[in-house]
Amino acid sequence: MDPSTAKTIEGAMDPATVTMIRDLAYLFASVLFIRGLKGLTHPRTAVRGNLLGVCGMLVAVVTTLWAGGIVTWGWIASGLIVGSLIGVFLAVRVPMTGMPQMVAIFNGFGGAASFLVAGGELFIRLANSRAADAVAEAGAHEAMSSQFTIATALSGLIGAVTLTGSFVAFIKLAEYKITIGGKKIWLSGSLQLPARHLISIVAVLATIGLCVAVVADPTTSLWYWLLVASAAVLGILITIPIGGADMPVVIALLNSYSGLAACATGFVIGNTVLIIAGSLVGASGLILTAIMCKAMNRSLASVIFATMGPTADGPSADDVYAGKIKTTSADEIAMMLDGAQRVVIVPGYGMAVSQAQHAVRDLANLLESRGATVEFGIHPVAGRMPGHMNVLLAEADIDYDKLLEMDAINPTLDTVDVALVIGANDVVNPVARTDPSSAIAGMPIIDIDKCRTVVVIKRSLSPGFAGIPNPLFAQDNTLMFFSDGKKAFVEITAAVKDS
Amino acid sequence: MDLMPLVTILMLAIFVGFEIITKVPPTLHTPLMSGSNAISGIAVVGALVVSGADGGTLPSVLGFIAVVLATVNAVGGFLVSHRMLAMFRKKG
Repeated sequence: MDPSTAKTIEGAMDPATVTMIRDLAYLFASVLFIRGLKGLTHPRTAVRGNLLGVCGMLVAVVTTLWAGGIVTWGWIASGLIVGSLIGVFLAVRVPMTGMPQMVAIFNGFGGAASFLVAGGELFIRLANSRAADAVAEAGAHEAMSSQFTIATALSGLIGAVTLTGSFVAFIKLAEYKITIGGKKIWLSGSLQLPARHLISIVAVLATIGLCVAVVADPTTSLWYWLLVASAAVLGILITIPIGGADMPVVIALLNSYSGLAACATGFVIGNTVLIIAGSLVGASGLILTAIMCKAMNRSLASVIFATMGPTADGPSADDVYAGKIKTTSADEIAMMLDGAQRVVIVPGYGMAVSQAQHAVRDLANLLESRGATVEFGIHPVAGRMPGHMNVLLAEADIDYDKLLEMDAINPTLDTVDVALVIGANDVVNPVARTDPSSAIAGMPIIDIDKCRTVVVIKRSLSPGFAGIPNPLFAQDNTLMFFSDGKKAFVEITAAVKDS
Repeated sequence: MDLMPLVTILMLAIFVGFEIITKVPPTLHTPLMSGSNAISGIAVVGALVVSGADGGTLPSVLGFIAVVLATVNAVGGFLVSHRMLAMFRKKG
């Protein structure tokens, strides 16, 4: 970053000019990132927006290669090639249903890169300052300013938490894909270690202490690596107790962390494009985190500490369901759909598990061709990451105008003839509105119980993540179709065609 | 670099980020996440500097690993976003 090193590469060009051109290029890259994110505010401009982001990254990388004071090229060239190959390989291979865990793992890589950069920079500066000590050069310790050490500590802390937190999230999310079947899906995610609060407190204190040590003693990199190790343990401890349905919050939060880690690294090496890009990502992740928490009516603290509201005194499943459950068949559903003007489909994580999106699309298209209106009601936390359902339905070629948000669809649900709920539970549980003592009291839900007829497609009566029974299933206008989601939709489509 | 200009940049960037991201519709939240995630691969810039600075073997190795990870993050992130965004379309 030092202009004098740039001179050795450029030779003829004035170092000040190189610095100026470099900074202008970084500014240009930052503008491209901002324009790119702005493109994501509408599906029509989103592809172009993403490409602008790619351009921003290319500008930043090329600029750094040209003016970054780079003297050895072997490591860099191989690193860029290896990284690109792995990135392309992973990104092309992943199916849409595997997106949450893919994003989690990329996130972890970003965090790791940030703390490695800060660690490498610390090594270089330590070596430089030792060399300066040897010739007793005044002012050499400038390099170890508190700005540098604090930023280094933050970079190590956030980067390591992001790395291990993302990997735990990845492992949890990947498991869900292969674990199929009622209750187990939702609960296997949350692992409660014995005395976990005590362990966590010790890890937090150790991490804080090591942060202080990094700042107070900038003569060795030992503290830094201890800090990284301690923060890595902390990242695991934070993520392990968090359960399945809370994953959208965790992913959003880790996304934010990876940005903040890049931002801190920007302060370490005094690079503006890192600071700008990092804080854009940090802001994005924080907003998504807030949206997800609001959609579950839970505080961030209750998600992180893995506590749910009171459940013990709620009615048991037997009280709610006994004698009131009506089951139905594909043929019966087809008959109801035959006369329906307006049909709404509410997907949940179960749709992702059974990979039913294409079967759902087929039925929706068939009904539309027969003159009905078909829409999708999507709860913000349906699935395992923000917007998970939308991506799956888009993959199945469903027009994004048909994907309605909870707030958009709720006021009109009483005019819906038939509602099909596939693999969703807590997000359509009317208890959230009616019972203030329930675990999900106050959580905004899709008011699907207000539709004229509700068909719930589900494998069993097992509870959702909140672990409470759902009175919707026992309602007079509700019919249960116990089946795998994909199979159910294929059967219903066939039955509608026959009728 | 001086602290104050950097902090100024940080604050302004955060506000710009909040202004833009709040306007992203929920339907695009997953691509937003993977796209912004890819942007955090900007750490590659720092990784290039460290790995190319010739500050000894250890920083070079650390820098190399960082270049690989950040490149995976950026390339993979942009590519999965592109795959997802290309699917969002309006039918005739």
